[in-house]
This record gives sequence, C-alpha cells and structure tokens, in this order.
Amino acid sequence: MNFQFSDEQTLIRDSISRFLADEYAFDRRLTLTADGLGYSDVHWQQFAELGWLALPFAEQYGGLDATPVETMIIMEQFGRGLMVSPYLSTIVFAGQLLANAGSEEQCETILPDVITGDRLLACAYAEPQSRRALSGVSTRAERDGDIFVINGDKSLAIYAECAHTLIVSARTSGVDHDAHGVSLFLVDTPTAGISMTHHRTHDGSRASDITLHNVTVSADKLIGELDNGLPALDFAIDVATAAVCAEASGAMWAVYEQTLAYLKTREQFGQTLGSLQALQHRLVDVYTSCELAQSAALDATLHLGADPAARRRAVSAAKVTIANHGKTVGQEGVQLHGGVGMTMELPIGHYLKRLTAINAAFGDANYHLRRYQNP
Amino acid sequence: MYSVPAASLLRFARRDIGLAAMNKSWSPEIEAFRREVRDFIRTHLPDDIRCQVAEERMDLPREDLIRWHKILHEQGGWGCPGWPVEHGGPGWNFEQQYVFERELALNDAPRLMIYGVGMLGPTLMEFGSDEQKRRFLPPILRGDVYWCQGFSEPNAGSDLAALKCRADRDGDDYIVNGSKIWTSDAHHADWIFGLYRTASDGKKQHGITFLLIDLDSPGITLRPLLMFEGTHEVNQVFFDNVRVPVTHRVGEEHRGWTYAKYLLGLERFGTAEISRSMASLGRLKTLVAEIAADAGGAYYRDAAANVEIELRALELTERRLLFGPGGPDAMGPEASMLKVRGTELQQCILELTMEAMGPAGQIDRPRDAQPGSNRTQLEQAGRNYFNYRKTSIYSGSNEIQKNIIAKAVLGL
Repeated sequence: MNFQFSDEQTLIRDSISRFLADEYAFDRRLTLTADGLGYSDVHWQQFAELGWLALPFAEQYGGLDATPVETMIIMEQFGRGLMVSPYLSTIVFAGQLLANAGSEEQCETILPDVITGDRLLACAYAEPQSRRALSGVSTRAERDGDIFVINGDKSLAIYAECAHTLIVSARTSGVDHDAHGVSLFLVDTPTAGISMTHHRTHDGSRASDITLHNVTVSADKLIGELDNGLPALDFAIDVATAAVCAEASGAMWAVYEQTLAYLKTREQFGQTLGSLQALQHRLVDVYTSCELAQSAALDATLHLGADPAARRRAVSAAKVTIANHGKTVGQEGVQLHGGVGMTMELPIGHYLKRLTAINAAFGDANYHLRRYQNP
Repeated sequence: MYSVPAASLLRFARRDIGLAAMNKSWSPEIEAFRREVRDFIRTHLPDDIRCQVAEERMDLPREDLIRWHKILHEQGGWGCPGWPVEHGGPGWNFEQQYVFERELALNDAPRLMIYGVGMLGPTLMEFGSDEQKRRFLPPILRGDVYWCQGFSEPNAGSDLAALKCRADRDGDDYIVNGSKIWTSDAHHADWIFGLYRTASDGKKQHGITFLLIDLDSPGITLRPLLMFEGTHEVNQVFFDNVRVPVTHRVGEEHRGWTYAKYLLGLERFGTAEISRSMASLGRLKTLVAEIAADAGGAYYRDAAANVEIELRALELTERRLLFGPGGPDAMGPEASMLKVRGTELQQCILELTMEAMGPAGQIDRPRDAQPGSNRTQLEQAGRNYFNYRKTSIYSGSNEIQKNIIAKAVLGL
C-alpha cells in the first residue's frame, strides 16, 4: 500500500501549477473565455512542448506511456486553475478511446498529430433522446460497399467546434437501446453533410449539437469491431469521468483555500470572520469534503485498469462523491464570501459553475448511484 | 520551472516505476496475514459472543469480553495487537494491526478491551516506572485485570483541563476527593486510570497528575447512569478520601496532561469506527435488498448505496492519511476529521436501518433474550439508533473535533 507521489509526479504537478500561475491568471482566463473558442492556441502549443499532450499515449506514436495517475495530477491542477481547453475532449476522452480501440494504422495516422498539438479530437456519442444510456443510439450507419453512410443527431459534444476529427457512435444493427449493434467511426470535419450548432456552456467551455446527414466515411474509418463499440466507449467514458473527478477535486481545494484566505482577512464587527465558530465549522466541513473528493478521484483513477465491474463501481462511486461534496463546496464558497462571491471578477462563482458542469457531465449523481448498484 | 518538459521527467520515472508507483493494494504477505486472522476469528469466536456484537451492542458482559480476550491471547498475544514482543504482544507492524482491526469488525468480534490494551498499556510502556510495567502490564496482556478511564467530570466535559477531582499529598499517599463521570465500563472494571488535580495555580493544564487507582479501595462508590434507551454503559465514580500510593502515579506530579495527550493520541483510527460501519452496512444492505418496490425499496437501496459510497471515500481517506507520506505517525489532527465523518456515517447507517425496519423498528425488545439465535442488529434497530447518538458526543464531541481541525489544520 502506497499513496505517495513519486518525485517525478510531484515535479509534473509543480510545473503545471507554475504554468497556471504565470500564464493563466484569472483575468486572462476571463478574457479568453469571453469569446472565440474560449482558450488560447498559444497555450495549446505550450502544452505540446511541455509534453502534456503526449502523456497517456504509447511511445511508438510519440507518447510518454504515462499512467492514469499522471492524468489525475494534470486534471487536478487544471481544476485548481479553472483551465478551459480541449484537453479533456482531445487527450483524455477521444484520444484514449482511439488509442485503446483503434487500429495501429488509425493511431499512426492521427495520434502523432494530436501529440504535437496539430490535431484536435472530440467524441460525439450522446443523443437528444438517449439521456444517459450509452446504448441510446439511434444515429445509423448503413454500409454501402466500401463506405458507411451516417445519419442522425448528436448532442452537446464537448469542443467538437474546433475538432479536426470526431469519433461518432452510430448504430450498425439492432434498435435503440440494444447494447449490441453500436459502432464507432472516425469522421473528419468539416465533411459534407455535417452541420453543427455551437453552444457556450456556463463554465466557459464549448459544446456542439451535431446533425449528420448522409455523411459518408470509408470502411477503414470504423474503430474496432463492427457492432461492438460500446465496451470501448464505456471504458473511455470512465477514463474521462475519473479525469473530471480529479478536476473537481482540484477545483474544490481551490475553493477551500481561497475561502480560508478570505475568512482570515475579512473583518466585520472588529474581528476576522475566521474567528467565528459558526463559520469555522462550516469551513471544516468544506475541508472534509475536499479530502473525501480527493480520495474519490484517486479511487476512480486507481481502478481504471481493474475488471469492468470493479472499474464501473469505483468510477460511479467517485462521481457520486464528487456530486455530493462538490456542490456543497461550490455553494459554501460563494456563501462564505458573501456579496463579493457573487461577482464576475472573483473566481469563486466560476468554480461553482465548473463544479456544476462536472456534475452534469458523463452521468449525474442519480445515474451513477444506480450504475453503482448494477455495475 | 514549468518549462521542464514532462517528457524528460517521465523517462526518468519509468526506470523505477516499481518503486514509485502508487498502489492501493495490500502486499501478498498482508493478504496472507488477513486470511490467517480471518480464519482464526471465524473458527474461534464463540457464537453467543458473535451474536451480541452483530446486534451492535457495545455493552457486552465483562465475562464475555475477558473470555474473548483470553482466546486471542492464547494465539500469541493477539489480545494486545499493538504491543511489542518484549511485552508479550505479537509485535505486528502497523499494516497488520490495521488489517486485524478490520477483520475483527467484519467478523463480528468484540472491540478490544481498549482502556487497558490500547490506552494504558502503551502509556505505561512510554512513561511508567519499571515497577509499574512489571506489575500492571502482564495482567492487561492476559486479560486478568479490567481497566476503565477516569477523565471527564461533571464540570469538565469538553473542557477537560478544567477538572477538579483532587489528589492531595499525604506522606506516601495521595488522598483523592471528587468524582468522575461518563466512566464507561467502571461497573465491569477492577482499576481506573485517570487525571487528578494536584495544583490549581497557573495554567489549568498544569497541576494535573496521572494516577492508577484500585476500584476496591475504601471510599469509592459507583452510581450507574442509564442511557435513555436503557443500556448501562457509563457511571459516575465518587471518591471520598481514597488513599492512593504515590507509587501508583505515572510519571511526574503535575505533568499528567502530557501523558493524557499522548494516550489520546494513540487512537489513530479507532473512533472513526469505519470497520464497524462496514459490518453494519452489510447488514443494512441485506435488509433493504428484500424491501419490495411498493414499500420504498428503491429509496432505501439508493440511500444505502449512497452511504456505502460515502463510507468508501472515507475509508480511502483514512488509508491515504495512514499510508501516505510520513506513514501513520504523520497522522495528526486529521484524525479528528475521520472521527467526525465516521460517526456521522455510522449514525446514518443505524438510522436508515431503523427506518427500513418500518414499524418493527420501534419494538423495544428485552435486553437479555437468549443469545445464540441468529439475532442481528435488526432486532434492536431502534435501540441502536438511539444508543449510537452517543458516538458524536464521546471521545471529544464532534464540535470539539471541528474546533481542533479549525485551529490545527485550517490555522483559524
């Protein structure tokens, strides 16, 4: 049993932390998220130079063969710094889905460009009617000789707006909600037949609704086995869920630290707020929630390599813990700051927005409470 | 500098990944140890004792606790799992002690005789005289002498250092006058260790002396204090001119507060009772699995799953703190957090259990119904719910624990 970071992991954490402090001060973030894609291309290139885009990928594609713990470390720091970027969608989610399920040729074609920062990926799997069921896929891909023709609607694909390649789930047999019969395809954008409606989300990120109308892809764009795409997608979503749990944990610690600092300095009635027991105890609860959330994120991360049932249980448990405690911490951060906590120029409310978005992402607490019981 | 690329760091890291990798699992040696301990408990724990523990009772009869202690003792000092070999203990490392406690709880074995085994014993090893070690440790080891703890007083609860029970020096004796309250197991015990006021000038933490007192001494009387659900666990102990030889003082006069702090600091994971809650939760899950959908089954199953998830996060937090940088010795005021959250979840489990029992949870069953049947805590769900309200009050109320965290962790 060992819960210590290695020296190298500590160095990675510290270097990300310094990057965020130097390059991503909160006013810079406010400017960046206000328009365009919500993040900076320059930063993305720096991510590439620093090796962060290479972390989870195999050495043969230029990757670093890092473990999920390194992804956890980077996501915790991104959570602390409220980083908005396509890192989750490109590197953690779609990138690792491709790395795990794609052919060597597909990986060879795509991953080196991802690692250098020249290609962005996104995953389009949710549908308007699917709610949270992964098998809720009514988008269809019909085989026609050497090509597939895809028709259907996808909803709220994170950072699809700037993706060069989408991974699209589509039904190749069976009917909506059959677990079997779902396949995954690589679809380059722009491509004839794809139209998107882009949304800004409350947390400053971007997500797109996508309509696919007679989109054609060649048969070599099929990822993995025909009809059997769900297990790989399920795994990739768990990888992404563990990552947002880590991000939430980092965000919660930042809320705690900023609120603690505020209570130590803000004076009313001739004393600091931090000297008031009622407020001390509330902040102790916040601290406890942060410790529990950090454990939950670690729990999920360390189970990503476990058998599917154990992995699902750990990831769902983590997502429920994050939901229970992240909401409280986010709300308490705003409340304990008082009026200033409601303002745009203070980060505290923006943490609440990101924590709220994380709770809604990849299945909410209710969904994961049920999945935990039937993994 | 952040400009050190992760690449160079990781290439270095991979060379010794076997050493540096995080690992949530126990070593094969510890897993083998766990099986050995589990097998022993399952084959040697008397069924009548197991049933009482499975009912969540904390008020086991003295004879049962001693009987079980002696069974463990015969196995190589297992009754004192934290004791070193030189004092007759098994000399286990911390991981072994942790796993042992978990297996005791999961297999419905009684809690250890904590006051002698977990508290006084190690304190004497650290601060006791050679004569005290020779005289008092072996009977604790064998389970021949039952100890209780005299700390709280009627006007010194959360504010323990305000204690007033006096010990006045008279030649080679102290003469003790006053009373101790909430004294768990005093009605079972042979001896009481505790804190007594020997000086009242200066800081209130000064002038406190740590004494060992034979409960058969003339001048001691006990008043049982029944809890509101009917169990007899605690007492008030009155001292009326009780003579205590100076040789029964631990360490120096007036410095008892230091020894008491050491003693209370020994409790790193006990009061959170995570292992006990895991056992209770197992029983709750069995109960709610059978509730029909139209009787609220889904609600109770969701609620049980939710508390299981919360307990899982707390259990990992405990391991993270115990087996993280610095090891168990680095655990400080964080133990207070485990106590607060652990007792909250323990109470939540027992409350849910009572609620899930429906109206049957309101039956106040006779305490001394025949043990040995397959009774579980379900038979006593209401009583347990009420009884365990104490856990957020004892061992330093949860509010005191939060004060400690606010000061020592948050720096407020």
